[in-house]
Amino acid sequence: MTDLLRLADVQMAFGGLRVTQDVSFTLRAGDRVGLIGPNGAGKTTLVNLVTGNLRPTAGRILLQNEDITHSSIAHRVRHGLVRTFQITRLFRTLTVADNVALPVLQRRGLASRVMSSATERPEVRAEWMEILGLLGLEKRAYDPIDVLAYGEQRLVEIAIALALKPKVLLLDEPAAGVPHEESHRVLDAIAALPRDIAILMIEHDIDLVFRFANRVLVLANGALIFEGSPKEATLDDRVRSAYLGSYADARRPAQG
Amino acid sequence: MTTILSIAIDALAFGMVLFIISVGLSVMMGLVRVVNLAHGAFAMIGGYIASTMLVDTGAGFALSLLVAVAGTIAILMPVEYLLYRRIYRNADAFTQILMTIGLTFLIIGIANSAFGPTSKPIPLPAALSGPLDIGFRSVPAHYLLVIGCGALTALALWFILEKTQFGTRIRASVDNAAMAEALGIRTEILYAAAFALAVGLAALGGVLGAQLLPIEPYYALRYMVVFLVVVSVGGAGSILGAIAASLILGLASTLGKYLAPEYGDFFFYLTVILVVFIFPHGLLGARE
Amino acid sequence: MTGTAASRSKGLSSLPDWVRGEAAALALVAAFALIGYGLFPDDLALLTRIIAIACLVLSLDLVMGYCGVITLGQAALYGTSAYAVGNACIAGITDPVALLGVGIVAGALTGIVSGMLITRFSGLPQLVISIAFGQLVAALANKLSAFTGGSDGLSGITPSALFGVFDFDLVGNTSFGFSLAVLGIVMMLLLRFVRSPFGLMCRGIRDDALRARMIGTSIYPRLIAMYAVSGAVAGVGGALSAINVGVVGLDSVSFELSAEALVMLVVGGAGSLWGALFGAILFQIFQHIVGAASPFQWMTIVGLVLVAITLFAPKGLYSVIRRGLMKIGRSRVPS
Repeated sequence: MTDLLRLADVQMAFGGLRVTQDVSFTLRAGDRVGLIGPNGAGKTTLVNLVTGNLRPTAGRILLQNEDITHSSIAHRVRHGLVRTFQITRLFRTLTVADNVALPVLQRRGLASRVMSSATERPEVRAEWMEILGLLGLEKRAYDPIDVLAYGEQRLVEIAIALALKPKVLLLDEPAAGVPHEESHRVLDAIAALPRDIAILMIEHDIDLVFRFANRVLVLANGALIFEGSPKEATLDDRVRSAYLGSYADARRPAQG
Repeated sequence: MTTILSIAIDALAFGMVLFIISVGLSVMMGLVRVVNLAHGAFAMIGGYIASTMLVDTGAGFALSLLVAVAGTIAILMPVEYLLYRRIYRNADAFTQILMTIGLTFLIIGIANSAFGPTSKPIPLPAALSGPLDIGFRSVPAHYLLVIGCGALTALALWFILEKTQFGTRIRASVDNAAMAEALGIRTEILYAAAFALAVGLAALGGVLGAQLLPIEPYYALRYMVVFLVVVSVGGAGSILGAIAASLILGLASTLGKYLAPEYGDFFFYLTVILVVFIFPHGLLGARE
Repeated sequence: MTGTAASRSKGLSSLPDWVRGEAAALALVAAFALIGYGLFPDDLALLTRIIAIACLVLSLDLVMGYCGVITLGQAALYGTSAYAVGNACIAGITDPVALLGVGIVAGALTGIVSGMLITRFSGLPQLVISIAFGQLVAALANKLSAFTGGSDGLSGITPSALFGVFDFDLVGNTSFGFSLAVLGIVMMLLLRFVRSPFGLMCRGIRDDALRARMIGTSIYPRLIAMYAVSGAVAGVGGALSAINVGVVGLDSVSFELSAEALVMLVVGGAGSLWGALFGAILFQIFQHIVGAASPFQWMTIVGLVLVAITLFAPKGLYSVIRRGLMKIGRSRVPS
């Protein structure tokens, strides 16, 4: 299997404070990996490092064997590294169709056309219709974002990610804030994502992670303390103590 | 050497005027995040009141200054209640800019029809109006008043913000408004008080600086930019930043007038652009 | 709200958007011509001035309404173009169409420079830089009196006959016709432009720049490109002004003009080309009538109107009227 994303000893320090410590792991095609850890463990920082919103102070990040440690955000996205946001970030004054059409246009290299049609361009329209259909949003295509229920907005977030045809997808708490009665739609959408892409899901809800992931990474105080199957994670002393708060004694680097 | 010292003194006086007027705006913008384009108009109102007092009623300078500050606050508190309250913190920058530029136009229009388009004198008391020999040259005596008041303003503000309960509350609200409210700080009253403080400082600066920035209807537009620049360059909410920015910009403006008067404000605005580029987050690294 | 797409779900028209846009732009030209001739038959100079300034307001809408850039320095683009056209004409390029070209290029170039400065920042620093850039250009215009005539203005701009046939006479028929045709073309092109992928992406950037970056867009170059277009449109306005009036003054680069353009845009409604146009026309006719009657009260009234709009119609008058029309007619009105 090919390595899609590889982190090698990635470090991040704000001033003297090391918030990410020598993190190493690899994502391969088809991987479904959960990234968990107690509050303040540095999960979101780690995601920001991978996506380029933050630059690591040491270590390397490779996307399909290309060193992207110092690449721009745009470059990473164009090469298949895509994320969703914990707090929904959508183009709020545009319609659902526009929201999905924009990444399609961008990916197809059409986003700088100045005199042709945008959302209604036939091949673009076909693509966003298909994505919205997959997510059950086709009836919402021409609604502005603001009239959508929050659960539906989360689905648009996933639709945007899909429109970018990711090879590696980072889902930052995809079900956060979604009312219980809507959450199954989000979970179904995640389950239906293309098999061959690698997905890293950051999630608080352990049940959700265990249903989704075939591998779990546990982060505590900025360091990876465990990597293995969900079942092993529940039996691991370090993981348990990290969640129970007596982590300080058990610190040691994980195998990566 | 004498030229350098001369420039330094002129720059210091001009910078202090900028500081007195702008620091109120800075506190407001730090606290309630309002891009207030009408701040210059507030200073102008102070100037008009003082001029009316001095010329038409023959009142003394100190009394006129006091009435100007109190009067400007009294005139503008209803405006705070009716307009500003709606745009504190949450409104987008567009709305803030539009509303405050609208208010500026309104004040200019009223000033124009009430006082006419010419500039209004603010005669100084005898002790301050003459030249004062400071060894290598003579400077207008009111420079000393301006510089002294600037220093006093800085000290007083520092004391208010750092040492009083009012200041603690303001700082708490600047950092985290929701938390401050949860702790029982009544932000409405706090904001109103900060607004009054800002307006009072604007009026003070408007009167004291009238020899350098003459009071006329377009005052509100002409110097609005300068005050905004001070806040942007100094960093909203930072007293030290406002002092530093005022002095730098005072120096840039004075240097320009001495060395290349035919270029007008060219070098002043060039400095502004350079400083913003070099310190995009304000001179002292203040947030936003 | 993008009413265009929202109402398209009803599957109304089989015509592509841009065809309808062109039809609308042509209809506008005709309507404006008729109403203009009807209302101010003896004051075509007013109508041509309205058109020139309307181009400035449209250019402002492109960066403010469509990209969310906050600027109070847009007059720099308009004025630079006007001065460039004036100088070109005095230097011997007297063909009006060529002069229009000169204005477009000068405006676009100034747009690129100002865009590179202004779009580097956001919020207050952005506003400050935009003002500083505008004032910088104004100070230069005052200083470089060899090119600008300083405070006397640049005069002696006498373009030759349009297409070698129509003289720019005192009545102003040629000026009015020429300006109207140019405005029609500008509107036609812009209506297509803002619906293009590029225009849509700009609106995306305005909504959420980080989100736009996370779908792989490079924001800074895109905003500069938009500034080039905006400068070209402002340049059209500056060129028309120089050609029609024959004099370019310091007011064409002034802060006041930037602020007035902003007011016009807001009165009409930012983020809509029709709103920008509507605001420019309405404001200037109003200014012509009221401002002439009592110039001192003009500022007061503008101030009151602005405050009232932010309180009661924050999306501009055009959107209010549009909503009203849609309610009455239950049909689609362009946004």
